[in-house]
Formats: sequence, structure tokens, C-alpha cells
Amino acid sequence: MKTDELIRALAADERSGPGLGTSLAMAVLAGGAGAAALFALILAPRPGLAGLLADPRVLLKFAVALSLAVASAALAVRMVRPAAARTAAAWALLVPAALLAAGVAGELMTTPGSSWRGRLFGHYALYCVSLIPLISAPVLAAVLLALRRGAPDSPTLAGAAAGLLAGGVGAALYALHCIDDSPFFVLAWYGAAVALVTAAGAFIGRRVLAW
Amino acid sequence: MNDREQRWTQLMLAARAGDRGAYERLLRELAPVLRDVVRRRLANFGAPTGEAEDVVQEVLLALHLKRQTWRAEDPLGPWLWTIVRNKLVDHLRRRGRRVEVPVEDLAEILPAPEERPGTEARDVERHLALLPEKQQAVLRSIAVDGSSVGDTAQRMQMTPGAVRVALHRAFASLSARLRSDQDE
Repeated sequence: MKTDELIRALAADERSGPGLGTSLAMAVLAGGAGAAALFALILAPRPGLAGLLADPRVLLKFAVALSLAVASAALAVRMVRPAAARTAAAWALLVPAALLAAGVAGELMTTPGSSWRGRLFGHYALYCVSLIPLISAPVLAAVLLALRRGAPDSPTLAGAAAGLLAGGVGAALYALHCIDDSPFFVLAWYGAAVALVTAAGAFIGRRVLAW
Repeated sequence: MNDREQRWTQLMLAARAGDRGAYERLLRELAPVLRDVVRRRLANFGAPTGEAEDVVQEVLLALHLKRQTWRAEDPLGPWLWTIVRNKLVDHLRRRGRRVEVPVEDLAEILPAPEERPGTEARDVERHLALLPEKQQAVLRSIAVDGSSVGDTAQRMQMTPGAVRVALHRAFASLSARLRSDQDE
């Protein structure tokens, strides 16, 4: 086929969907709904959650998880937009990191060293590391699907950003249930769970986000 | 951003507002520039320049299928050259070369290229033959015969909507097939 002919046909194809931002927002909503349904199916909010929200350590979990989700969403959409500036969005990932670091520092200063081991391992570390990836899965799937409309320089990195986003949403949901409130626990086990989701995102992204 | 890229941005804006003529003009204006850039790059990397038209067609397909990733408030140039770079690198990699092509180098090839006729490209044609029959027929009718969507629909006893879907699917699967093309 001659290039002239190809161009004629390309110009006749007027189908184009919504923009990337809209697609990603819809994906987070749909995936988030799926994750919430999964949560409702297998878990329940911890007793007395509303009252506990005054505890800064409980609040911190949501703040870290949600700021991670927001920053990675901004990064993910830029990763799949050719020539988009990514630096600011990448720096924004420092917000959840700084929040968590402040929490860990506070815990180090206000609690006796003898209690640290117990705080780090908490009650349900294994549940945390396995359930956050499970709850994140619908979000990851929906977000990757939306990002397929994009054109990433690196499908692996774009997939990793999708994983961070999904992990952030999953972690925020799991925090509704989780009774382990120490920032040590959050750093170790929420961190491991989000790392798993991120690795899955990178691995799948490498395959499905190539264009 | 130079005048040329500013004009392209205007054309793309018009295209997004529904001006199909502007879109076709944009693609027609881009084709010789892409051809020139791609030929030079292939030559730099010691790849046969006979493959240039294949890369040009692959780039045009990508520009078309990914056009919603461009934001109206951004200049078109950097977006365009990034897509060209990525497709060029993909192409060379598939041929077993690992390369880095800085985007800046592409944009700097400024002078209007002397008009070189587009040679026949083989990749698209080869994959086209493997598409579902209906998609093939629709694409050939519109591309080669120059029929409109409406005429094609009438002749093939399809609705115009179905013709549009088939055309779009043909492009999407062509692009996917070109990407995973490992042979030769």
C-alpha cells in the first residue's frame, strides 16, 4: 500500500475516544469500585473506625496511601503522554514518603525501644502483604487498560506507575480494616505490599503497554 | 518551536475540532518530512534505507492511533518527534540493533526535504493480507479505490457505522502486527 493511500484512509477514520486524563479517571473509579466490592466481600471496617480517625497514626495510613495514589496517578498519565514533563510528578512521590518518614521518626521518639519489635511485626503482617495486592488487582487491571490508549517511552515504567497507583488505592482500603497502626508496620508491610503491586504493574505493563 | 511546527500544531487543532481536510493536509505535509528524517537516521545506523517507507507508514499509524495523547495546550513538535523516535528505535531493535536516538536530533533536520516519491512499503501490505476479510476490503476500498465511507458501506452492504468500526480496527490490528513483527 502506498503512503498516500494509507493517509487517505487514516483521514477517513474519525473514531477517537476520550482523552487520557478522562480514561484514567474512569478507570480509577471503576477499579476502585471493584476493589471496594472485594473489600466488602472478604473484610470489614475495624470496629470504632470513625472514633479512631482522631489518632494521628491511623490518619497517617490514609494520608500516605491516598497521597501515593494521587501522585502516581499524575505520574502515570505523564508516563504515557509523549514528551510530557515528568519531573514534577515524580517529585510529588516524595509527599507520601515524607509523611511516612515523619511518622516513623515520631514513633521512634515517642515509644520505648523495647516495644519496637512488636510494633514492627504487628498482628496481621501476612494478611496485610497478601490482601493489599488482592484488593489492588481490579484497580491495576482497570488502570493498565486505560493506559493502553497511551504511548509510553517505557512500558515497564508506565506499568510500575500504574502499580503504585493501584497499590495506593488498595492500601487505603485495607487501612479501613487494619488494626496495626504503627508507622513501623506501615513502612514494612504496606511498603512490601505496594512494592509487590508495583512489580506486577511493571511486569504486566512491559507486555500490555507496548504500542 | 519553528514556523513549520507551529503550522502543524494549528492543523492538528483544526483536525481535533473536526476539520478532516486539515487532518489530511497535516499527514500529507508530514509524510515527506518523516521520509527524509527516517532515511537519514536509518543511513546513520547502517540500516537499509529501503526500509524507510515501512517506518514512515508505521509512524503515521502511530500518530493517528495515539493522537489523543497530545494535549491541545502543548506544541505538537516535541510530541511528534518523541513518537518518531520511539518507532524508529523499535524498528531498529526489531532488526537487532540497540540504539539511542535523541529527540533533539530529529527536530533539527529543518530544511524542507527535496521531494522524493514514496516507494512502495512492504510491511503494511504484508500484514494487511492477514487481516479479517471485511477489514481488508474496507481499508482497500477507502485507501486504494478512494471511496468514501458512505460509498463503501453501500457497496459492501454494511452500515456506515460498521464501516467506520472495521476501518478503525484494521488500523489498530495493523499497528499491533507491525509492533510484534520479528521476521525478516
